[in-house]
Amino acid sequence: MTERSNSLSEWLEARLPVITAFRREYVNFAMPRNLNYLWNFGAFATIALGLLILSGIFLALNYTPTVTEAFASIEMIDRQVSSGWLVRAIHMGGVSMLFVSLYVHIGRGLYYGSYKAPRELLWLTGLGLLLLVMTTAFAGYILPWGQMSYWGATVVINALNALPVIGKPLAAWLLGGEGLGNTALHRIYVLHFVTAFSIIGFVVLHVAALHVAGSNNPTGIEPAKTDDTVPFHPYYTTKDGLGLCLFLMVYAGLIFFAPDILTLADNYAQANPLVTPRDITPEWYFAPFYAILRAIPSKVGGLLLAAGSLGVLFAVPWLDASPVRSARYRPILRIALPILFLAFIALGAAGMHPPTGFWLWISRIAVAYWYLYFLVLLPYLPLVEISKSPPSSLQEPRG
Amino acid sequence: MTKDGAPTSSSNQCSSGRGGTRRRDVLATVTAGVGCAGACALAYPFLDSLNGTRNSRVGEDDTVDVDLSAIPPGQQAVVTWRGWPVFVQRRTAAMLASLQALGAAQRLRDPESKILQQPKDATNWHRSVVPEIGVLIGICTHLGCVPSYDTPSPSDQSGKYACPCHGSQFDIAGRAYKNAPAPYNLPVPPVTMVSATHLRIGQSKGDPDFDIANIQQI
Repeated sequence: MTERSNSLSEWLEARLPVITAFRREYVNFAMPRNLNYLWNFGAFATIALGLLILSGIFLALNYTPTVTEAFASIEMIDRQVSSGWLVRAIHMGGVSMLFVSLYVHIGRGLYYGSYKAPRELLWLTGLGLLLLVMTTAFAGYILPWGQMSYWGATVVINALNALPVIGKPLAAWLLGGEGLGNTALHRIYVLHFVTAFSIIGFVVLHVAALHVAGSNNPTGIEPAKTDDTVPFHPYYTTKDGLGLCLFLMVYAGLIFFAPDILTLADNYAQANPLVTPRDITPEWYFAPFYAILRAIPSKVGGLLLAAGSLGVLFAVPWLDASPVRSARYRPILRIALPILFLAFIALGAAGMHPPTGFWLWISRIAVAYWYLYFLVLLPYLPLVEISKSPPSSLQEPRG
Repeated sequence: MTKDGAPTSSSNQCSSGRGGTRRRDVLATVTAGVGCAGACALAYPFLDSLNGTRNSRVGEDDTVDVDLSAIPPGQQAVVTWRGWPVFVQRRTAAMLASLQALGAAQRLRDPESKILQQPKDATNWHRSVVPEIGVLIGICTHLGCVPSYDTPSPSDQSGKYACPCHGSQFDIAGRAYKNAPAPYNLPVPPVTMVSATHLRIGQSKGDPDFDIANIQQI
């Protein structure tokens, strides 16, 4: 470094020590040496979020949030705005990439016990992020004002209405009193923005919590010796970088080769309050919760179980009674948890099919297992399960 | 993490100290270069989307017809063409005489309309297709305000335009006066006389290749 830039960095350092903070948290930050590629998905989610916000800002420049203009302005973006189709494909593909990353990220946390002390707040801020992302995705899906937008919004707002006590005022605040019209669309547009930018704030909290407790690792034991850790740079910048290249290749494939594979043709027909489309299907990332909603033959019951399926996740740090973090050393959980993942996928598949016969029973069995896992297996499994003893060091080969 | 090498961050910091370029430096530089190229490629659709919409005017008729019989001598009508205010004047003999008056040219920046601010069929002393009818785009060439029209009065029979923003002045043919900020004459749109009482803005019979986008300044 030259003397000039040295004095500049010293000047900055004395006033705002961003350079040392960056070195401490992102260059020299001690990471467990044994992280596998599942630890890449947090970085994937961050990149997807960044691209969503960037493309969202550029979409907003051409979008008109009124009942008469919204659909036409989206068509204009797709057909007339220079590169508008690409900006919109980045935005729509980004949602799926973000949800995929979040679901894998959460599954990884469940498998390796990343929610256990002292990482409870890391887990809770992460679930808060999931709720915010879901709210933003729901609000965003209404904005194109297609048939699916309109009827999806109708169903969810009526569901909100059915919630005891808070339901009616909440729905009224969202709609502004005149049904699903201009006022509601404008509010939903603002909601989409507000929640999207709140996500950035929550990510800061989530990362700050991560940097207090440090990353968990596949063995679930804390790094003890200095040899157990490696600096974030270059070890995990390169590992994240390689994963990111693959992630972006899949993302680019979605954008350029199949921009419409995950969207529904019905949403390219303008909203019509007089006709409900024949098959109402949610976006894939909402399908599991939609399946729960339909599996229960009771309005309030379905809502409570769908909301509760996320609610139990918040309680996981206190439901899990085992002192062993990683499922690697818990022979029964190691089978029970992948079945939970299968149940989630089965619910997703059921949510994309009509709720009759086979799919109805698949979703009922899957919901039952979901609650069985969290409310029975997590608290009581340690009573019968004989866990293997985790290694004493991160450097020991897998047992 | 493999077994070779103690995991310390010092190994990549002292690379230049050993002298010469190392394999890792080349890889790092190439990675950064490709990363920058990727960032530029990513920036392209976003910046391109700011270029606005294509084909938005295809098939749209952007000509405006004006009925001249409604305009009294010495007065002007204001119509909108492509979003701009367009002044359509019916000139009196006294106004036309003022354009050719001795010494009038000395007070003007471009008395002979040499700068491209009008179609060829309006590049003349009256800056219009026929002397009695004047058509001007009412956007001051200084900073874009709309000049106000001072109608001919008994004391000043020539009439003129004065811009309320920064005091620019133009004669009745839209020619900019010296000693005022506006640098160019007011633009003249393409105009065709359909009949003696009827003109069409947006189409020029006398200069069919004229494109308003090519003039010096609007």
